[in-house]
Amino acid sequence: MSDQTHMHVEHDIAPGDEEQHSVGARILGYVVGLALALLLTATSFFIAGTDLVWQPSIPVALIVLAIAQMGVHLVFFLHITTGPDNTNNVLALAFGLLVVFLVVGGTVWIMAHLNQNMPPMDQIMPMRN
Amino acid sequence: MSMTATAGHAHADPHHIGIVVEHPGPAPKRIVTAYGFWVFLLSDIVMFSCFFAAYAVLAGQTAGGPSGSEIFEQRNVAIETVCLLLSSFTCGMASIAADTHNRLWFYLGMAVTCVLGLIFLAIEFNEFAGLVSRGYGPSRSAFLTAFFSLVGCHGLHVSAGVLWLLTMMAQVFAKGFRVDILRRMMCFALFWHALDIIWVAVFSVVYLLGSGA
Repeated sequence: MSDQTHMHVEHDIAPGDEEQHSVGARILGYVVGLALALLLTATSFFIAGTDLVWQPSIPVALIVLAIAQMGVHLVFFLHITTGPDNTNNVLALAFGLLVVFLVVGGTVWIMAHLNQNMPPMDQIMPMRN
Repeated sequence: MSMTATAGHAHADPHHIGIVVEHPGPAPKRIVTAYGFWVFLLSDIVMFSCFFAAYAVLAGQTAGGPSGSEIFEQRNVAIETVCLLLSSFTCGMASIAADTHNRLWFYLGMAVTCVLGLIFLAIEFNEFAGLVSRGYGPSRSAFLTAFFSLVGCHGLHVSAGVLWLLTMMAQVFAKGFRVDILRRMMCFALFWHALDIIWVAVFSVVYLLGSGA
């Protein structure tokens, strides 16, 4: 009976917890996250008010920057990573994001087409006569 | 892997996969608690997404009232954003101090987090009070209703977070860094960081996109 068939099973890590790191490494992680987040925030506020870039690109740039900053927060502050011991946390996040995109995307999609799916009001009026 | 090697473990490995995994038992309480709280936070984010969807639909329905670009002040929003970002950082410092049982740095980190959260709330309250006093309250237009509910809901979360923060400081003061207190502290840190993520969406979608339109 060989022992190598017995895999040592470790538990997953809790959301928010990190793998074993020294205090210095943990602080460094938060400093890096803060620096990246501040950089992305500053870029967002700069892009929103500038006329240096092609104007129609500004909303897209703002949304991309916001998603990037949320990713920075998730990784550096909430410690949601792609490590094997984080699978449960990532799967829960993925399902949450699915619902968020269904709610927001579905609402915007349907409501934006609501007007053209309705019969025009000036054609309803003559029908009543 | 020969059959003889696995025969003794047939009860644990009925399909002869070859890797015998001893069942590790239930996960530690810290993981169960934090995972449950993580699921709550995700459901909270789903709730916020409904407010965002309502805002996105109603942003143009000003009913003759002011539009976003007329009432938003980007300087205030920038200060609010920096406050929340720094408070997320100091909250992280406080969680590290809690894990290493360092009272001084824990109280310092939590106190700074509290002050930054209160500055954020004060600026937001001023903005709301100014709008209402000019007659631009939530009942003025559908746009303002959506705006007040979305941003106000986030503000209520921050207020609850500040109360929770003070509770955590009192509990550490009275009970020390017990295991259950550290679990609560971890949930609070998750909550505070999640609020910052929602604020990123708020300032990008409401204030920056709104003031450009």
